[in-house]
Amino acid sequence: MNDTILEVRDLKTSFFTHLGEVQAVRGLSFVLNKGDILGIVGESGSGKSVTALSVMKLIETPGKIKAGEILFKNENLTNYSHSQMSDIRGKEIAMIFQDPMTSLNPVISIKEQMIEVIRRHQKVTRKQALERAIQMLKLVGIPEPEKRIHAYPHQFSGGMRQRAMIATALSCNPRLLIADEPTTALDVTIQAQIIDIMKDITQKLDTSIILITHDLGVIAELCTKIIVMYGGMAMEKGNIDDIFYATAHPYTRGLLKSLPRMDRKAHDRLNPIKGSPPDLMKPPAGCPFAPRCEHVMQICKEEAPALYDLGNGHESACWLRDERAPAVENYNKGGR
Amino acid sequence: MKKYLISRVFSMLVTIILITALTFAMMHSIPGGPFTREKAIPDEILRQLNAKYNLDDPLIIQYLDYMKRLIRFDLGPSFSKVGVSVNDIIVAGMPASARIGLLASIVIIVLGIPLGIISALKQNKPIDYLVMFMATLGITIPSFVVATLIIYFFAGKLGWLPSYGLATPLGYVGPVIALSGFSLSFVSRLTRSSMLEVMRQDYIRTARANGIRELSVIGWHAMKNALIPVVTYLGPMIAAILTGSFVVERIFAIPGIGRYFVDSVSNRDYTTIMGVTVFYAVFYMIMVLLVDIAYVLIDPRIKFGSEN
Repeated sequence: MNDTILEVRDLKTSFFTHLGEVQAVRGLSFVLNKGDILGIVGESGSGKSVTALSVMKLIETPGKIKAGEILFKNENLTNYSHSQMSDIRGKEIAMIFQDPMTSLNPVISIKEQMIEVIRRHQKVTRKQALERAIQMLKLVGIPEPEKRIHAYPHQFSGGMRQRAMIATALSCNPRLLIADEPTTALDVTIQAQIIDIMKDITQKLDTSIILITHDLGVIAELCTKIIVMYGGMAMEKGNIDDIFYATAHPYTRGLLKSLPRMDRKAHDRLNPIKGSPPDLMKPPAGCPFAPRCEHVMQICKEEAPALYDLGNGHESACWLRDERAPAVENYNKGGR
Repeated sequence: MKKYLISRVFSMLVTIILITALTFAMMHSIPGGPFTREKAIPDEILRQLNAKYNLDDPLIIQYLDYMKRLIRFDLGPSFSKVGVSVNDIIVAGMPASARIGLLASIVIIVLGIPLGIISALKQNKPIDYLVMFMATLGITIPSFVVATLIIYFFAGKLGWLPSYGLATPLGYVGPVIALSGFSLSFVSRLTRSSMLEVMRQDYIRTARANGIRELSVIGWHAMKNALIPVVTYLGPMIAAILTGSFVVERIFAIPGIGRYFVDSVSNRDYTTIMGVTVFYAVFYMIMVLLVDIAYVLIDPRIKFGSEN
């Protein structure tokens, strides 16, 4: 199980607004192997959605992929033309979005939207495409799919629409599914169902997933690997146990500490990370988290740290891991 | 659907009654009558004329008489043209107006919508600026100025176009340009802004993320949404354009219906005023009804009033 599906090398994506360049992603690298479910977590503006859209090459002007390589099945997508990319989208790499209420075309029926995608990528008749669409709707748990497929999006609830989105995205058996906050707009019970569906189907279809979210609960539920992003960079990478139980980066610790916990007293306040994310129009020279970090040192403000390898694929971009750094007491106890 | 249509036709009838009553009352409140001339007609003759056309009856009786004839689609005799009925006037004037109007409507749809789409897709590029500049001119310059300039340059100076009438196909060029100028500009602006709005929507990104070809993304996924406000405008616009324009018909000397309408008001030609008004009103209401039906076909979220 070590075939690489996707490799992103030093991705840099910027938005050239009239106020200046916003460096949304500033040098991100990661590898996704077959069967991986990679979670990219971070707060708003950390560059996680832009990363996803960059992989799809769906960044719209004034945005631009400035540098880096996106290798999908050893092909460099950064060199691909618009039409080459559109052959890949939906067929090899599919994507679902945050808001199912607005992500389906309101004036085209579910049936037509699904059939168009299926027939775009597969040489099948309309009838076969319809059968495939119904089969996919059944797979995502829409009752009476033969009947419901004729509906328009407004006749579906939010959860149903997200299921229809997933069904459409997976209808051509993509190798990779990118899910950009797929459960954020849904209520909690539906969230759990959608996560189950994604887990279930991608296993059946042997699809890898990149899951973009700010919800650590969803990550814990679904993912095998995690990238924690902040200020357009990876702060910490690792598999799920390392991130949750051997937390290395102060930012990740901050995220985990800020979560409400069952074993806390009712009157305890939450522990937010003080301060706000950096302005990516003028990104800091050093570590982007330095101004909010409780362990900040002089070097942190001057130079951005490299990713330190902590073994077993666990990496942390923090000067504390440098051999010259002072030891922090009790640090390695982990976040939770 | 059937229930909806019946209720719409019923409300159209109510509207007709209101429009005719209002027009009738306003028309009769203007001083003078159809037989008022610069040189006063002897009282005796005027009385006899009024008696012949029942103009000496109380207004309410006259109105009821008119409505009785209207039910049989008889718009009555013209007061200013001897021996000619209002039906004849409409039948004679409508074809010329409708031909120009139809051509203008086609130009508006065939040029206006694509220009708007191109502008939207090339937002803030030279072609967009050019189209929007022309559209601003088209909206601000009144049709009589455009018509006069066309006659001055293309008919007078260059001699490419005839300066009046519809005798040759070239005769249509001037009136159609003058008539379509405003709406063409308006439609292209409307299409552009609607398209820009739609292209930002999440479902467009979804279509692209599913690998749908750009041609289908724009021509199908975006267009179907973007044209909804355009259709709203097109219905009443086509009704207004098809029924002729007084200004353009006057300048190009076209025997259309718009001309008769204005003449009839200054002549107090009661039956022609009423007849043309009713004709316009019915035509307009039918177009609005067609737009409402088109809505339901384009946008599945909209349902006929009675269904729920």
